[in-house]
Amino acid sequence: MKNICFYFQVHVPYALRRYRFFEIGKDHYYYDDFGTEQQIRELADKSYLPANRIIANLIRTSGGKFCCGFSISGAAIEQLEQYAPEVIDSFKELADTNCVEFLAEPYAHSLSSVFNDNEFELQVKKHSAKIKELFGKKPTSFRNSELIYSDEIGEKVAKLGYNTILLEGAKHILGWKSPNYVYGHPYLPKVKLLTRNFSMSNHIPFEFSNTSWADYPLTADKFAQWIADAPEKEEIFNIWLGYEAFGSIQKDYTGIFEFLKALPTQTFNRGIGFITPSEAGKMTPVDTISAPYPLSWSGEEKDLSSWTGNHLQEEALQKLYSVAERVNLCKEKALKRDWQTIQDTDYLRYMSFKNAWGSTFDSPYDAFINYMNILADFLLRVDAEYPTSIENEELNALLKTINEQEATISELENTIKTLRSRKTK
Amino acid sequence: MKALMFGWEFPPHILGGLGTASYGLTRGMSVQDDLEITFVIPKPYGDEDQSFLKLIGACNVPVVRKENSWDHVNERIGRIMHPNEYFWYRDHIYYDFTRIGTNELGCIEFSGRYPDNLIQEIDNYEAVAGVLAHSLEFDVIHSHDWLTYPAGIFAKQISGKPLVIHVHATDFDRSRGNVNPTVYNIEKRGMDIADHIICVSNLTRNTVIEKYHQHPDKVTTVHNAVDPVPNVEHFKKEERKDKLVTFLGRITMQKGPEYFVEAAYRVLQRSKNVRFVMAGNGDMMQAMVDLAASRGIADRFHFPGFLKGSEVHQMLANSDVYVMPSVSEPFGISPLEAMQVGTPSIISKQSGCAEILAHAIKTDYWDIDAMADAIYAIVEYSSIYKTLSEEGIKEVNSITWDKAGLKVRSIYNRVTGR
Repeated sequence: MKNICFYFQVHVPYALRRYRFFEIGKDHYYYDDFGTEQQIRELADKSYLPANRIIANLIRTSGGKFCCGFSISGAAIEQLEQYAPEVIDSFKELADTNCVEFLAEPYAHSLSSVFNDNEFELQVKKHSAKIKELFGKKPTSFRNSELIYSDEIGEKVAKLGYNTILLEGAKHILGWKSPNYVYGHPYLPKVKLLTRNFSMSNHIPFEFSNTSWADYPLTADKFAQWIADAPEKEEIFNIWLGYEAFGSIQKDYTGIFEFLKALPTQTFNRGIGFITPSEAGKMTPVDTISAPYPLSWSGEEKDLSSWTGNHLQEEALQKLYSVAERVNLCKEKALKRDWQTIQDTDYLRYMSFKNAWGSTFDSPYDAFINYMNILADFLLRVDAEYPTSIENEELNALLKTINEQEATISELENTIKTLRSRKTK
Repeated sequence: MKALMFGWEFPPHILGGLGTASYGLTRGMSVQDDLEITFVIPKPYGDEDQSFLKLIGACNVPVVRKENSWDHVNERIGRIMHPNEYFWYRDHIYYDFTRIGTNELGCIEFSGRYPDNLIQEIDNYEAVAGVLAHSLEFDVIHSHDWLTYPAGIFAKQISGKPLVIHVHATDFDRSRGNVNPTVYNIEKRGMDIADHIICVSNLTRNTVIEKYHQHPDKVTTVHNAVDPVPNVEHFKKEERKDKLVTFLGRITMQKGPEYFVEAAYRVLQRSKNVRFVMAGNGDMMQAMVDLAASRGIADRFHFPGFLKGSEVHQMLANSDVYVMPSVSEPFGISPLEAMQVGTPSIISKQSGCAEILAHAIKTDYWDIDAMADAIYAIVEYSSIYKTLSEEGIKEVNSITWDKAGLKVRSIYNRVTGR
């Protein structure tokens, strides 16, 4: 039986304020609260709330046969909690139906999976705890920020306990293979890989109302028929997209919500069902796929060049992650929060010469200047806590002790227990 | 196709950007095999590069018939123009210009500069255009900047050939809005009578449409380009401890020098290893010296005066940042020259070149904070300096005059109905 596996990404970066260099060291507030609020309120009202209502309705009317996944970044959760808590409530209602799955990801929507393992682990754990706290369930499938994935990242993720990983169905790793199957990791047999069907996924946000597109108009009927027409053995169609496609990229008047409403009826009529990523992860892989270099869902190249493609981004990233160890030693709450926020991949993408859509800055240079000013101030604050005069090796040693202390303590406790029990015997 | 062009300056004897642009454009157009250009300037010096066009000096064209022997003419102007050509023009004098003071050859003396009696020179130039329009064969007339509009109009009226005028600047740019009515009148008349108007930027195009009430269909933008710097590898950055931030140009109201001083003051509050240079001359020079002193940054702010020729390129190559905070700049070639030698540029959004440059930082001319921020970033972070420098060279090398020449050619084709 053919299945559609939906997951919708909910992420929006904090709006950064115009931060001039003469404020470095004087003002430690980096955000444009008005801009952030306006942005998230608009998304909530035009996109998240109406789309959630429709999905709740679809689940009810289909008797639980419709299901889908969501990935909500830490930044989005925080903003929703602050400015649009009713969205969180409506996600909670969806969670209660048991037909909706929430995916794990790094809390800060960051590139930590590529640049700092320790930071990556912390962020994934933080995110999963937050999802558990809000929706009552620990996530079991993992999707990285921007669907960044390589064999090595897959290994790190597996170590954190996730055996279903979502990645882009990029041509350069799939080759002649179809994305519409479940695959396995080349050397970790337990790990299942789901690959995004990017051409079908992109039709919804980018072509839906494009009258010059060859297949315009995109109807639910047509979409379902494409899947029905696919080879018999293709069993899973991974349609993954930004949630803002509904109501924000494609506005209400384009009929995008009607499309969403109509789709399940059309697919059920053709014997096509729905499946969540975790359920899909239980299927047997047909083959393995290997990704020696990191890939992502961005741009034509499907690599990391949107965030690491030029000198500006390289310098920013290098300076940012150079203090990762130090920041994690810090106790100051405000500093740690800023650390999470400024790692957002979007701030780096705004410095890209080819893929800076959605940027609030005049040019990549402008984005770089503003970001570096903020980063310079941030680095000063870190330096004030842990002066650069302390060597990184020294810090690493400290960090190791701290990280391992819990393990050591529990080990020692166990020894004490066994000794005690022996004693009582 | 034959084009008769009227200009005012031609390298190597230039006073402003007009000469450079005229040279670049005609040179870029010379790659078109079926195009012949005759370029008229008031006063040639004889050392101009005539390899790709024919140059005529208005000061050697007789407007009043005077009897002279061949040998005498040869002795007087043979160095620049063949005497037969002189006699050919003399035979095509149809109007009485004896009211104009002429020399013994019947020619008018031109300064070829921008003297106090400029309006008179413009009128005299018009008279020469009358003789040339009768003597020469051409398909289209092309006038560069307002000084030559009357000449172009006269040539059009005589020959009936279409007139294209090239707006390199308007009086609104030069005066920040307080236009000189005489100049405005000449400009407006030229635009009204022209068959087509070429502007060097969309900024200028808008001015022409809005302030001179021209129909948008008649106005086309052809952005300027830049000639490659000869021996570009010769201009290397010298090693020095301090970073150098440079302003280069006339120190006048139009160029916004005061914003540069204010931005310098802000940068120096935080960075100590930066020096600022304001090269050039102008009526606001003294005021700028005073301003720098009153801000207390005179020890880091330098005025080397007017630079010329290769000094300009050396200065630009030595700089870490080039700043052009012009209040109103029809095009502005200097940031492109800076980029050619690998120096990052910060330009005002109110300059025409901002329309075609992606690898330069653009700020509003009044936004001192943004300008200071950009300067600070470039001197502080190596990656942005490197990127602007490398990408800037690539970008500026792709802006060539032959592309601009093709656009001008398509306008010629349009007005001549080919």
